[in-house]
Amino acid sequence: MSNNAIIRLENITKFYGDFQALQETNTEIMRGEFFSLLGPSGCGKTTLLRTIAGFEHPSNGVVYIEDKPMTDVPANKRPTNMVFQSYAIFPHMSVEENVAYGLKARKLPKAQIAELVAEAIEMVGLKGFGKRASHALSGGQRQRVALARALVLKPKVLLLDEPLSALDKKMREQMQTELRRLQRAVGITFILVTHDQEEALTMSDRIAVMFDGEIAQIDTPQGLYKRPNSRRVAEFIGVMNFMSCEVIAHDTASLDVKVAGLGAVTVPKDQAPAGIVEGMKAAIRPEMLTILDTNEKSEFETAAKIDEVSYYGDMTYYEVRFDGHDENVTISMRNTAGRETLSTGDTARIGWGVESILLLP
Amino acid sequence: MFRGKLFGVFIAVFLVFLYAPTLLLPIFAFNDSSIVSFPLKGFTTEWFGVLRDTKPLHVAAKNSLFIALTSAFLATILGTLAARVASRYKFPGKQAAIGFIMVPMVLPEIIIGVSLLVVIIQMGMSLSLWSIILGHVLICTPFCIAILNGAFMNLDQSLEEASFDLGHSKLKTFWLITIPLVMPGLVSSMLISFTISLDEFIIAFFLAGTEPTLPVYIWGQLRFPAKLPSLMALGTILLVLSLFLLGLAEFFRRRGVKRTGQMNSGGFL
Repeated sequence: MSNNAIIRLENITKFYGDFQALQETNTEIMRGEFFSLLGPSGCGKTTLLRTIAGFEHPSNGVVYIEDKPMTDVPANKRPTNMVFQSYAIFPHMSVEENVAYGLKARKLPKAQIAELVAEAIEMVGLKGFGKRASHALSGGQRQRVALARALVLKPKVLLLDEPLSALDKKMREQMQTELRRLQRAVGITFILVTHDQEEALTMSDRIAVMFDGEIAQIDTPQGLYKRPNSRRVAEFIGVMNFMSCEVIAHDTASLDVKVAGLGAVTVPKDQAPAGIVEGMKAAIRPEMLTILDTNEKSEFETAAKIDEVSYYGDMTYYEVRFDGHDENVTISMRNTAGRETLSTGDTARIGWGVESILLLP
Repeated sequence: MFRGKLFGVFIAVFLVFLYAPTLLLPIFAFNDSSIVSFPLKGFTTEWFGVLRDTKPLHVAAKNSLFIALTSAFLATILGTLAARVASRYKFPGKQAAIGFIMVPMVLPEIIIGVSLLVVIIQMGMSLSLWSIILGHVLICTPFCIAILNGAFMNLDQSLEEASFDLGHSKLKTFWLITIPLVMPGLVSSMLISFTISLDEFIIAFFLAGTEPTLPVYIWGQLRFPAKLPSLMALGTILLVLSLFLLGLAEFFRRRGVKRTGQMNSGGFL
């Protein structure tokens, strides 16, 4: 393993009776990184997080934290702390008592506890709220208490189980930035579980996309968006247009394919899966297709008919129909100065480039 | 249609039927006559003085208090364990096991009393206060489970996980998190058991041996008409005491709800 890994998952599987919640998982999570487990509900992401925390025991395999096997280490002895989805703030304690709770288990002197608690409360921006009863806090404040309560223990890894899902949209966006800032400030490895792809993209250094108990792909946000390794990942992260395609010829460097609606294209090998996969589809993001103005030119051009227009102010989304492709293709255009918004029934010239076409299994 | 006047009359009749007999207790307890009947004669506290001087009554009251306190304590401990299992764990036969524990709630007490008597005598044990306690724990435990199950169900499991995750042992978690948060339930459970045990007659009658409880003693005294007014006085004391306990239970419940910031889902009062 690389020396920089703080957590290593080795052949982890998890069964609940006959149901396999986790397929065999082997992954490393690096020291100081913001790592996200992203996937739809029931994909096993929370199970994996709880396995790292020590609340679930893997049916097979070993969790290593800093090279120490955690198999016989219970959750209260692991160098990990968790922020729960419900925050799990102790309702019969004040903010201070909540934050001091873990320190008391360590039997530190009172003065030191008070100092660390004050520091942690200030760090999460709750200065002055220490004496507040915890049931008198808003959702965002509870979240901060949960963060302070975990971070005050200086864990090696902070585990966050859908921490933003209970907040309203505005508060969620604010907390995204704040979590990221906190993580950089304390330098602790964060592992975040979320089903919200936007949340994962904006906050993470690396993301593991999970489906059906299996990690489908691990990459940086950019890597995942630009080079998804399967149709499922491509669809889950952002919007993707798929068109059927047919391989005509291939050599070591590229494939000649005929894409429905776009025609014949030569796609470099690194934009296609290894080997020739039956039923491959050509994939292209909505922003990689351009509706060309009258005097605009593009490497490739295809005529299309506008089927539907959705105007979003800064952006316009078009559903267009290519000849030879029987599904609508989504195109997003930024409404820059001087650009005309087309209407349903218009014909348009669509420009695109080979570099934005992916072949996906 | 049933709203308005008719419904109001119904409620009034119902309340009179429910409480009028109870109100007779304090009225005759202070009536200056050894015969319990109208018209009232005059005011006296003589009957309370009689109570003060009746030594066997004091013994019976002490027996009852001891039995009620011990039963309430034991039934609440058993109820806590069972409610914890019912709300947290899954195992085959759980429903059946919980069902069988709850049955004594509806089983006629005379059957429990007679069968316990047979068992205790067959085992060669002598009847004592502890045999009554045994019977009372049996009938109180289902009530405790019913109350505590609600308390444990309302407890967010992640609170206990959070405590464990923050470095405390499971035992410490139970003391620092679980017990304080189910405390209103524990208090209610103790008070209900205490009340059930205190006025239980049939089981106590069968298993009493030579040491009667208060209800058994009262029943014994009913043979003597002259004792009736002093029993009214005793009933009055018990009535005031019950109301006080009920108020206390509600006070603790409300305080618990307020402290933990939960929704007030209604209680006794």
